[in-house]
Amino acid sequence: MTSARHPTEGRVDRSQRLHFTFDGAPYWGHPGDTLASALLANGVGMLGRSFKYHRPRGILAAGVEEPSALVGVGHGGRFEPNTRATDLFLYEGLRAESQNRWPSLAVDFGAALGVLGRFIPAGFYYKAFLGKPELWKVYEHFIRRAAGLGRPPREPDPDAYDQRAAFCDVLVVGAGPAGLAAALSASAAGAHVMLVEQDQQVGGGLLREASELDGLTSEVWISATLKALAERGVRVLCRATAVGYWDHDLITVAQRLTEPGQVPPATAPAQRLWRVRAERVVLATGAIERPLPFEHNDRPGVMLAQAVRTYIQRYGVLPGRKAVVATSNDDAYRTAFAIADAGGEVVAILDSRPASDRPIIRAAVTRFAVRFDAQVLRAVGGADGLRRVIAQVGGPEQTFDGDLLAISGGFSPAAHLHMQAGGALDWDETQAAFRAGAARQSQSTTGSAAGLDDLGDVIRHGWTAGAEAASAIGACAESPPDVTETYPGPAYAVAALAPPASADPKRVFVDFQNDVTLADVDLAWREGYRSVEHLKRYTTLGMATDQGKTSNMVGLARLAAHESRPIPEVGLTTFRPPYTPVTLGALAGHAKGFHVAPLRRPALHEAHVASQPLWQPSGYWMRPRAYPQAGESLHDAALREARAVRTAVGWVDVSTLGKFEIAGPDAAALLECACATTVAKLAIGRGRYTFMLREDGMVMDDGTVWRLAEDRYLLTSSTGGADRMAHHLDYVRKVLAPQLKVAVANVQEHWAGIAVAGPQARSLMARLAPDFEIPRHMSTGRTAINGVDVLILAASYSGERAFEIYVGNLDAEAVWAAVTGVGQSLGGCPYGLEALEILRIEKGHVVVGGEIDGRTTPFDLGLHRMMNPARTFVGAAALQRPALLAQNGRLQLVGLESASPIPEGAMLVRQAPGKPEGHVTAGGIRVMGEGAVALALLRDGRDRTGEHLTAWSPTRRLSARVRVVEPMFHDPEGARYRD
Amino acid sequence: MLRIACPYCGRRAQAEFVFERALDAILPLDATTEAAVRHLYARENPKGWSWELWRHSAGCGAWLKLHRHTISHQIAAVELLAAAGLDRAE
Repeated sequence: MTSARHPTEGRVDRSQRLHFTFDGAPYWGHPGDTLASALLANGVGMLGRSFKYHRPRGILAAGVEEPSALVGVGHGGRFEPNTRATDLFLYEGLRAESQNRWPSLAVDFGAALGVLGRFIPAGFYYKAFLGKPELWKVYEHFIRRAAGLGRPPREPDPDAYDQRAAFCDVLVVGAGPAGLAAALSASAAGAHVMLVEQDQQVGGGLLREASELDGLTSEVWISATLKALAERGVRVLCRATAVGYWDHDLITVAQRLTEPGQVPPATAPAQRLWRVRAERVVLATGAIERPLPFEHNDRPGVMLAQAVRTYIQRYGVLPGRKAVVATSNDDAYRTAFAIADAGGEVVAILDSRPASDRPIIRAAVTRFAVRFDAQVLRAVGGADGLRRVIAQVGGPEQTFDGDLLAISGGFSPAAHLHMQAGGALDWDETQAAFRAGAARQSQSTTGSAAGLDDLGDVIRHGWTAGAEAASAIGACAESPPDVTETYPGPAYAVAALAPPASADPKRVFVDFQNDVTLADVDLAWREGYRSVEHLKRYTTLGMATDQGKTSNMVGLARLAAHESRPIPEVGLTTFRPPYTPVTLGALAGHAKGFHVAPLRRPALHEAHVASQPLWQPSGYWMRPRAYPQAGESLHDAALREARAVRTAVGWVDVSTLGKFEIAGPDAAALLECACATTVAKLAIGRGRYTFMLREDGMVMDDGTVWRLAEDRYLLTSSTGGADRMAHHLDYVRKVLAPQLKVAVANVQEHWAGIAVAGPQARSLMARLAPDFEIPRHMSTGRTAINGVDVLILAASYSGERAFEIYVGNLDAEAVWAAVTGVGQSLGGCPYGLEALEILRIEKGHVVVGGEIDGRTTPFDLGLHRMMNPARTFVGAAALQRPALLAQNGRLQLVGLESASPIPEGAMLVRQAPGKPEGHVTAGGIRVMGEGAVALALLRDGRDRTGEHLTAWSPTRRLSARVRVVEPMFHDPEGARYRD
Repeated sequence: MLRIACPYCGRRAQAEFVFERALDAILPLDATTEAAVRHLYARENPKGWSWELWRHSAGCGAWLKLHRHTISHQIAAVELLAAAGLDRAE
């Protein structure tokens, strides 16, 4: 490439140099450069190899729509693959590397594939999978090496990401001429305005044009405008891309505070994700220029015409010395003038339209060789750049030598956010473009996003859009700026979506990033893909990281032509967020590591920390799993703790249980609605086991209910189900039974709970509270321990005589210490969730998430004897469904016993391998004896006691021969509860 | 994310609310088994306007009746259930 920096042209800061490397070679550029413009200035025109065929690729565009110039940037955990060189602003020390080449960009092994390229046709992957599966093993190694773009970093991202919420009257997206005008008029009307711009500078298209506004150069006008906006309190964010437009006018804006790969200042975040709620949104998102379809249109040196103009007038870089301009509109003529004015040679302008007499064309004809009715057929060149262009001019082929081909196939308004917001699209047949139609939310579209392309129109329209958006706040008394241009007027673009008839569709690229050609579209159509959504997925057209910003329309037109249907009937694939790729770190924000989820600490947390237990997360709670002594395994510790409960005494923190105080004259009535067991007959000071059903009759949760006073009850429920139970009780009280006079207080975190269990539990209580009349099983009592008031509920989960001691959170540690002191003198120890699990399995107690799995009825679990189904309560009606009444064919709770361990989760089969008839829900052991026990759900299990089955887990290669027994392995008479 | 105007708390983000169910899916306590099956499994799934029950669970806890469009997510009415009752206002 012979390109170089122009001595004066452009807006980069020539007083400073920024040093960077590309594939290890050192270069420099200036502040204001993108990596793309700096590489062009250094004569680097080829940046990478393409996805499937490893074709050499250069720079097509000058903005976020770039499909080809993707690089990896940064190093270590900051490495970011697939970064658009056109959307990466230069900084000192930037390190970039090309992608998808091996061993080097110049000598690429995979480029050989390009020669044989046709053998990865549309739908290749589908076909590979549908074919003989063993062939995949052959393909896989080769495909994994050949396919894929950049490699992800292996190290964690060291940077911090921030998130922020904002509210405004008017959000203006895009700070080009229309957006600036809208922000001016809306703020002049008194509205609170936010203006977001994805570029490093505001100005948009003004940055590449030599136009005058209110008699000022665009550069001076932009500065004056920014000053005016700042004075009115308008929040202007640069490097901030509105990536998503969600329901109810919520817009997410991803803001880059540092460039990709750049090290942020200490303690500063690398990016910030804004969630903006706006009363009105003005979308001034511009338009994206489309390439032309011709053979080898993906060659380095083929560049969008506006991009060429941007490189010259904004960055002061001439991307080629001898340029051919090919266009379907007037706008590319400005590029021809720019090239010539910057010292380049314009070999020819190839205009696909017939001759016309507008001033800009008249001016061009006097300076350049303009050919009308001319279409590019083929670009000739390679990794070292473009050599010539072959075109059909009115029919015959002509060859034009040149190292730059500036192309313009018209403009696609960037209607992405409008469509994300549910807006409709209108079709412009002449320009072959979809543009924003009817809005569904509070958005309006202006500027070239609205299909305008005369600068004066754009500014006046933007001004009006801003004033209208602010009209609820006030009126705008000012008027829009006057625009002076050399050649004013619209671009008169016409559709240019089909290649010359003689072009070989295999060589005409549609999606540059995914290497999709017109031949792929043709093949998909021949294979029956008629829907644009299917075509997209089958060919991968528009599915790369650029989401087909430059490519969709050409492919769409091809499908429509095959179908002989108009393009709007074929339709457009749906634009989905994000508009441009967003780093996952920005979406996560502060929610990483410890901050992913809140940590709930029970009142006794610090006491547990001191004894260094093994921890187990339980919902958001962190609970001790076991308290191992030196050298003890989890299993050994849990077994020792469980044996202490069976032989002496143990104590466990049960503070996390759901707890609800229910009070009022109708307290019992409310409980009778929510619970499947009867409550009304409970005497004061007594409690009982209860369970609750969902409306479909399945068991939802279980716990205990205690009558503390005449009209006051305490209901406990499982730790994990506590939040759901709170919601359910509120639903029953406020929605199903609002007539009841009752109040429900969620006291889960008001009371800490310590359960003491074992043959010595009674002695322990007696020593803790010497004058206390120890309540019998399922009774309540109130006393004081070391001067702290406590509530005692005599309930057992472990199968031993047990008491739950409830104490106000702040006094919990003192009571825990007292229990520990006395308990240890009785030969006891604290126990964790693992021992609790062993004990409850042996006792045959069901647990939420285990046997209560959302699919089991009271009958399935053997709880039906406690329930009067004729009573009215939640779930009663659905329990009477015939399929549930039939009672056969359902999974029912059983016990299993075996000499060897019973694998939890294993399926139950008669002989392995075999048909599953149930599964093991919880595997345990006999605490004081030998062998394993388990709880299981088994088809028609209650009638199958004595059967021998196999608990089989083929994925873990585990199995055990088991015998079906009653689900109760310890003290079936309940004798150990009684004193 | 929707924005729901809670009569107590003003316009708040959807994240603070939970959707409970459509109003026609509320099963009275004394429903027959047939009604239960109908309410649970044979509900309408309207494409368009729908009356729904929501709760401002991470806010004031109020139960709310919403008139919401299931396609556009427009919300035409937010009423306190306690004041409005369960009937579907049209």
